[in-house]
Amino acid sequence: MIILKDLHKTYAGERVVHALRGIDLQIPAGKIFGIIGQSGAGKSTLIRCINGLEKPDQGEVIFNGINISQLSPKELRKTRKKIGMIFQHFNLLSSRTVFDNVAFPLEIAGMTKEKIQHKVRELLELVGLGDKEKAYPHQLSGGQKQRVGIARALANEPQLLLCDEATSALDPETTTSILQLLRRINEEMGLTIVLITHEMPVIQEICDDVAVIEDGKIKEYGPVIDVFTKPQASATKRLLGGSIESQIPAELLQQINGQTDKERIFAKLSFVGSSAHEPIISSLLKNYDVTVNILFGKIDQMKSVPFGMLLVEMRGEAQRLNEALLFIREHDVEMEVFMNE
Amino acid sequence: MNSMMVTLLWNATKETLYMVGVSVVIAELLGLPIGVLLVVTDKDQILENTILNKILSFIVNIGRSIPFIILMVAIIPFTRWVVGTSIGTSAAIVPLIVAAIPFVARVVESSLKEVDPGVIEAAEAMGASPWQIIYKVLLPEALPGLVLGFTLTAVNLVGYSAMAGTIGGGGLGDLAIRYGYQRFRGDVMFYTVIILVLMVQLIQMLGDWVAKRVAHK
Ligand SMILES: Nc1ncnc2c1ncn2[C@@H]1O[C@H](COP(=O)(O)OP(=O)(O)OP(=O)(O)O)[C@@H](O)[C@H]1O
Ligand SMILES: [Mg+2]
Repeated sequence: MIILKDLHKTYAGERVVHALRGIDLQIPAGKIFGIIGQSGAGKSTLIRCINGLEKPDQGEVIFNGINISQLSPKELRKTRKKIGMIFQHFNLLSSRTVFDNVAFPLEIAGMTKEKIQHKVRELLELVGLGDKEKAYPHQLSGGQKQRVGIARALANEPQLLLCDEATSALDPETTTSILQLLRRINEEMGLTIVLITHEMPVIQEICDDVAVIEDGKIKEYGPVIDVFTKPQASATKRLLGGSIESQIPAELLQQINGQTDKERIFAKLSFVGSSAHEPIISSLLKNYDVTVNILFGKIDQMKSVPFGMLLVEMRGEAQRLNEALLFIREHDVEMEVFMNE
Repeated sequence: MNSMMVTLLWNATKETLYMVGVSVVIAELLGLPIGVLLVVTDKDQILENTILNKILSFIVNIGRSIPFIILMVAIIPFTRWVVGTSIGTSAAIVPLIVAAIPFVARVVESSLKEVDPGVIEAAEAMGASPWQIIYKVLLPEALPGLVLGFTLTAVNLVGYSAMAGTIGGGGLGDLAIRYGYQRFRGDVMFYTVIILVLMVQLIQMLGDWVAKRVAHK
């Protein structure tokens, strides 16, 4: 649906900033696509290139076969009506009521008054603000403001919704409710969503695919579960800093070191998806006559896929231990056995 | 206070209100578009046009740097061309308008610059045209500031109109000079000052009230 080809963007100023340094990315239709990166990585610049708010110095943005950078101002305005956008600070018109804010894009598109009435009511119902149409933005909470923002962005029935840090100004609970709303919209309307954030949990909660951006370049991208459970790029590992992989206390790892022998091994097991549900450990105990001691463990969820990691100590006869390891491998569980150094 | 003085004061007050009322309305009508242009043609704005912006700004600055009393005399030929005469209340309105336009333009400019750039960006992202952004976003969002600017202009014009009175424009300033100063009528001077003060207070109160009514913050 969106193809980005070798995008470059520099900002001239006192200091020249190379915000994008050759971005190549394909965003498929119907998915929730996350772009994550630290502050200043170029996320906002990238998402703003998609609807032409920012003009790349070099490269192309193709949206449904349309080359955004080659459009005349008039054509660009027409195309933008098919691309909704929501913002970190909501950007509602303070002079307009909730109703009139949602009506704004419809007025812009030249819809008749009666149709606007009907459409706005429908949108406000959808986002759960049916009773707030006469309120002004300053009378709303952050979460409610973002709901108005979402209703407004959906007014012209876009094919694509761009979210620039849409939940960064909200508390965790409100964030979750907004993310659930976005997910519902994605599922029920088949709307493609591109979401940028610097927060891992946001990606983890609703994204199908993720791209990691650093220094104006995409370092890695793919399905969230793959990127987050088997990170390749150092940028990803750094972002994952606080997550599962690196949470094994260093002390524990040191203790393990040098303890492995034929009848005693240490292993890190990573489960993804359905294998996380299977009672692998109990099978081990039952069928292979080994003892399993769990030293450290964690289970989490990405969108609807559970995943987890266990650090285990296994003891038993050498023969039985080897069989046990084979059994684990057969069950789609990533395993890393700690060897003596 | 005898009835003659009441008549004098009343007529002068009406003349002042007429001068201020007409000139503030016309100056707003002419100054507002200039103020809007100053904003939208500025760097990184919706109709960025640096050359036009610089030229406009230069002209506005010239207008603002000429003292009113000099402007009034300097544009007498223009005033005569517009209203057919250079003396009288109507003639006084012309220099008042000319002096107020650049002032209004700057006041409008500073109000519009207060509008959150994020809101303008949101409108752009929704496919609004520059014209739609001006009348559906910039002006409504800046309305409280614009009302206060309008009030400020009116208050300033009350002061200017007193000066315009001295070239035969009539009004309270003229009355104060002719009676209070030249004929040593301290009481006339006193009453005109009281009326001017009350007038300014009233305009300001009204402006503040309206600005508050239209603000939704
Ligand atoms: N209009 C601008 N003028 C000059 N430099 C800019 C401009 N916009 C962004 N930059 C610079 O470009 C780089 C990338 O900015 P961008 O806003 O895309 O980052 P970001 O990833 O969205 O960061 P954040 O998470 O803080 O929003 C930064 O170094 C920033 O300072
Ligand atoms: Mg940003």
